[in-house]
Amino acid sequence: MSTKDFRPGRTPNVSRRTLLQAGAGLIGGTVLPASIASQAFAEDHPAIGTFPAGTSGSSAFIGISVPRTGTYAVQGEDELKGYQLAIEHINSGHELIKKISPKTSKGVLGKELKFGVADSAAKPNEAVQAQQRFISENKAVMITGGTSSAVAVALNKLAQREKVIFVCGISGSNDTTGKDCVRYGFRQNFFGQTAAAAIAPVLIKQFGKNKKAAYLTPDYTYGHTVTKSMQDFLAGAGWTTVTNQVSPLGAPDYSSYLLNVANSGADVLINVNWGHDAVLSTQQAKQFGVLDKMKLVVPYQVPFIARETGGLMQGVYAATDYWWTIEDKYPLAKMFNETFEKKFGYKPEWGAENAYVSFAHWARMVEEAGSFYPPDVIKAYEKGETLPSLVGDVHYRPEDHQCVRPVIIVRGKMEKEMKNKEDYYEVVEIVPGDGLMQKPDAFGCHLGDYT
Amino acid sequence: MINWPNFVSQLFNGLALGALLALISSGLTIIYGTLGVLNLAHGAMFMIGGYAGYVTYSYTGSFILAVIAGSLFVMLLGVAMERIIIRHFYHRPHEDQLLVTFGLGICFVEIVRLIFTSQSQVAPPPALLQGITSLGFLFYPTYRLAVVGIVAVALGGLFLILYRTRLGMIVRAGIEDSVMVDSLGINVYRVFMIVFGIGAMAAGFAGIINAPVVSLTPGVGDDILVETFVVVVIGGVGSFPGAILGGLIAGEIISITSMFNPGYAYVMLFAAMTLVLVLRPHGLLGTQGRE
Repeated sequence: MSTKDFRPGRTPNVSRRTLLQAGAGLIGGTVLPASIASQAFAEDHPAIGTFPAGTSGSSAFIGISVPRTGTYAVQGEDELKGYQLAIEHINSGHELIKKISPKTSKGVLGKELKFGVADSAAKPNEAVQAQQRFISENKAVMITGGTSSAVAVALNKLAQREKVIFVCGISGSNDTTGKDCVRYGFRQNFFGQTAAAAIAPVLIKQFGKNKKAAYLTPDYTYGHTVTKSMQDFLAGAGWTTVTNQVSPLGAPDYSSYLLNVANSGADVLINVNWGHDAVLSTQQAKQFGVLDKMKLVVPYQVPFIARETGGLMQGVYAATDYWWTIEDKYPLAKMFNETFEKKFGYKPEWGAENAYVSFAHWARMVEEAGSFYPPDVIKAYEKGETLPSLVGDVHYRPEDHQCVRPVIIVRGKMEKEMKNKEDYYEVVEIVPGDGLMQKPDAFGCHLGDYT
Repeated sequence: MINWPNFVSQLFNGLALGALLALISSGLTIIYGTLGVLNLAHGAMFMIGGYAGYVTYSYTGSFILAVIAGSLFVMLLGVAMERIIIRHFYHRPHEDQLLVTFGLGICFVEIVRLIFTSQSQVAPPPALLQGITSLGFLFYPTYRLAVVGIVAVALGGLFLILYRTRLGMIVRAGIEDSVMVDSLGINVYRVFMIVFGIGAMAAGFAGIINAPVVSLTPGVGDDILVETFVVVVIGGVGSFPGAILGGLIAGEIISITSMFNPGYAYVMLFAAMTLVLVLRPHGLLGTQGRE
């Protein structure tokens, strides 16, 4: 008899080898169905982009490029926090994520989400280089970025070429889901057309018809399309453009542009600049006495501008994606505000909201597709089903991949009206999204192929 | 059809803008002319001057103290930078000098970002200089008017140091031929340290003077650095009067072009630089052969 027979607690006649084999069989038995399933899955679909390589392990990688330096750095950091919170919630199966993506348990299809962050400095070439690296080295299954529409448009093209889904960050240009739209790109947030359609009636009601408007426009796709949309919507009420001051992104000084505005005889200054450019141009407009001569309007609201301009947004109308005080009306917004503030110590701005919701929607689409196979995920979006968001029910249009969602019109509160130090805006109106959208082909969108 | 009141306004604004550019550029051109080092951290020093002044202002509420502290802090930083790092690069290729100053600039910007975040900070002008002044033909921010005067005084001070003192004579000689200055028994490395300190101080001074005009962010120096280089190239590398002339020309080009077509303001600035490089490669007031 061998020694094994004398060991206490051990069943006689079962050798160590047999036990090991049985154990291996058991472990194999639990693991095998998943691996067989995933193999079968991969076999169902041909390899495309980073599929199936990106999800062959226990995790899936997301490439994030936000501006952490340059003109849009403040807004980029806020966006990044929204992404981080969404990933944390998806991985832990947080209650809020489950409200938006009910099938989410932990991770996406059981894969833990991992991510890499690159500073785009709001420059398309830097964003594309970083995402190309995330795609080839980390096998990113989804990429995100924006804050500048020039970046969003460039990443649209990269996504379509590499066949990796691009969930757009902040991008206000009509082109992102217009002439530069792609099959692999999706945008949750509001944009020039919807901003203008929502705010124009409010401005006409507030300031009257036949007004003269001066524009400050940043010289790239976002600026040109937002200004064009505002001009189109206001023209119906007889508003004319007396001057349009186009300036480069990150201009160090606005004095010469503002002198032209001051001498233009305008009634309203429509500042389309964004990020630090908006802060600087607004402050300098005050220095040059422009804000004493005419009313300021910010058609595409800039996160943090009220904090940074120290009172200059008081009484100013703006269109935005999200403002935290809507939590009284939307329970999911309240949940989001609470978890965000607990983690980061301030009320989230709309960059963080867009980041969070667009990741939550993506997670839902993958769960519904039951696969990371990009064409299936795209088709899940294209069903156009009604989805929960922080601003109520929304849906994505199959024709241009633009989310149809409300636009919120806010007005800067006077200091005495503020209930707390972050209570900068009064919500004037929440305009439903359906009536704000252009016809799907109005901006020349052709989505391109799935494969 | 030219709108004459606007044209006169823009002409004046170009002068104000140019004065500030001249001050920032003068520091860069003196350092390059004397040491042969193109200091790519110059924009960062401009930014640090602004922040140092802002911090002083926050604690003391005194704009004058802020200007003094901001300038001195950046001067000391410049001297330390020269002693610890830059002096090891005098005999190394220009590429190395560019890389080390560029790297230092990034470090400075990121340290400031770490402390103050990217959110802009507002440094208000002194109470006396707030508001708008009517000049008859235009209303202009009072502080910007004062900046023209402040810069004129500062440039006058720099002129006196460079053209009326023994140190200035040595610096100017060093710009022409540092080997000759060295062989005359003058400790040229000590001069280099002083020049680096003065150049940095000019940037820091400009930074705090400029702070109430712009809102302070860690990237404020990056934006201005490009314009500063254009000014130095137009005026002539190493030429103090060239920096002033280049600054004024750049300011006027930006202002006047923006009146006709604002989108072309910076295009015209670079076109002017290209034209100068083609017709007079050493700049308007530069000396041929000088590096």
